[in-house]
Amino acid sequence: MQVIFKLYATLQDYLPAEAKKTNSFPLEVGPGTTAQHVIEQFQLPQKLCHLVLIDGRFVPPAERATRVLKEGETLAIWPPVAGG
Amino acid sequence: MAWTRKILRVDLTNGTCKSEPLNMEWAQQYLGQRGLATKYFISEVDPKVDPLSPANKMIMATGPLTGTPASTGGRYSVITKGALTGAIACSNSGGYFGAELKFAGWDMIIFEGKSPKPVYLSIENDKAELKDAAHLWGKTVWQTEEIIKKTHQDPQIRVSSIGRSGENGVMYACIVNDLHRAAGRSGVGTVMGSKNLKAVAVRGTLGLGGLKDAKGFFAAATAAKKVLADNAVTGQGLPAFGTQVLMNVINEMGALPTRNHRDVQFEGARGISAEAMAEKRPSDGKSHLVTNAACFGCTIACGRISRIDEKHFSVVNKPEYWGASGGLEYEAAWALGAANGVGDLEALQFANLICNEDGFDPISFGATVGAAMELYDLGILTKEQIGMDAPFGSAEALCKLAEMTARGEGFGKELGLGSARLCEKYGKPELSMGVKKQEFPAYDSRGIQGMGLAYATSNRGACHLRGYTVASEVLGIPIKTDPLTTDGKADLVKAFQDATSVFDSAGVCVFTTFAWTLADLQPQLNAACEGEWTMEKLAEVGERVWNMERLFNNAAGFTAKDDDLPPRLKTEAAKTGPAKGLVSGIDKMRPEYYKARGWDANGVPTKETLARLGL
Repeated sequence: MQVIFKLYATLQDYLPAEAKKTNSFPLEVGPGTTAQHVIEQFQLPQKLCHLVLIDGRFVPPAERATRVLKEGETLAIWPPVAGG
Repeated sequence: MAWTRKILRVDLTNGTCKSEPLNMEWAQQYLGQRGLATKYFISEVDPKVDPLSPANKMIMATGPLTGTPASTGGRYSVITKGALTGAIACSNSGGYFGAELKFAGWDMIIFEGKSPKPVYLSIENDKAELKDAAHLWGKTVWQTEEIIKKTHQDPQIRVSSIGRSGENGVMYACIVNDLHRAAGRSGVGTVMGSKNLKAVAVRGTLGLGGLKDAKGFFAAATAAKKVLADNAVTGQGLPAFGTQVLMNVINEMGALPTRNHRDVQFEGARGISAEAMAEKRPSDGKSHLVTNAACFGCTIACGRISRIDEKHFSVVNKPEYWGASGGLEYEAAWALGAANGVGDLEALQFANLICNEDGFDPISFGATVGAAMELYDLGILTKEQIGMDAPFGSAEALCKLAEMTARGEGFGKELGLGSARLCEKYGKPELSMGVKKQEFPAYDSRGIQGMGLAYATSNRGACHLRGYTVASEVLGIPIKTDPLTTDGKADLVKAFQDATSVFDSAGVCVFTTFAWTLADLQPQLNAACEGEWTMEKLAEVGERVWNMERLFNNAAGFTAKDDDLPPRLKTEAAKTGPAKGLVSGIDKMRPEYYKARGWDANGVPTKETLARLGL
């Protein structure tokens, strides 16, 4: 099945070249794939995975390894950032 | 140098400048800057005063840490009754002006009356005098700063001034210092213009002194800087990407107000984000972003310095805009972009440059353009009235309207009214997206519920910097809370408002609070300032300042009815994103907040609350 995967700020270094201009790309994942599986697949440093959202909703660190992705969902990840 | 213990009182009507001792008893109760200057202001000004009358006063105030080596210790604030809002106004700016004023030996300047002709105030340490500004009237902020520096033959003079918008009565005019830092909100520049005061030019060479415990202060300041450096947000995130990194975050969370709050997500958000600013343009192979920048004493350096695309339609044949300059910051990029549906990054930067050059608030301006575009969309405003087609998404209209507002030309004069007065004029007051006549900043109250309460109860009208619960609801600072629920938000908003009041009264930047708590600020204040500054005392100062501002607004005529959001946010549910189907829960949160504050059902502080706070 397909999900949308997005990486921003310093994490955009881990994007494939074709996704650099959009920060987003479709990702094929198997049944039972969790947010944590994707983080590991792309070798994202754990401490940089600060804000993890699925369809815009926050996934607490304790739930990343159990939150299974569903068809069409969007997984977006940011390092620690802030603004104002 | 903590307090210099000196106030400069400038009588613009009679053209005099006098030195007064600072009221040190008040300093122990209100600390400095926002708190102490507001205490002076409400003690001297009738709350019912017309903001643009000579009877209104305007105070430029530093905090006890302004000018010290405390990180970000360069802030100053402008306190007055706001032209846009009619409420207490306190607009805070960085750059270098605040520290220079301190180095000249002044804690604050109180301006009263109205000059019979345009003047500027020149300060060189103890020497202060009003000078003729006939040659500066009609000039932009950038021209004014350059002319003053040349006139005084001193490039190190720091200047705060108004541009043409402040002279022309744009209701949300700023006071701009160091070219692109501004006391930006509530129309403080409009008040300055109404007094025929064009600029304040300061040169201070008296240096640093008067710290209670200099050795202890330097140790505390150094430790606090390490906290900022070691924190991933203040040490890495903000300097690398600036505030603009929030564009994609807030859009993903479904809380990016779009097209005058009709929508909560903008399809063009990525194209106007920090990530877009950092990538190379196809037109010239250069990135929009040139570098980051820091204000006086700042070890975060979140500021953005960018260079516009010389081939962009907005600046063709206008080389004066081709150099590197300030922007875009998140709030400006949102207000000039998503709020109008404009996804052209270069157009946003052009409009932002015009706002800096002629001194008007890009948040209120952008949001007012958004309201005008909705009126155009509804057929209430026509092409003939505006002078051009102005559909949502028109970068051309945005750029032209920015120039027209700066110059006070055509429909630009109407945009200068702000969205509340504009929408009222055209029979659609409900389309103004703001509180107390001040336009919302960049967070939608349906997707971030706590911000709705923070906006509704902000003492200076809709504002994100009076209680930035985004830190908790979105970013998890200091703890993560759910942005979609109203539960617990009354206490959260109160805590943020009170703590922010302390930081705004100290002379440091509120952005330090992404890493610091009061426990990091307290040792610095206690070592710098006369007296004992405990955590308990600081917490009480924060709450006292908030309630003092509230008392002024109540006396000015504001009631609980003014602590409300536009009907759109209470009746039109978010269409997309995590908040889909939600409206703001402001009506549930408001009474909870009054209770948490110790106020009655009408939003009036009880006698017990006032007695507890010594008010």
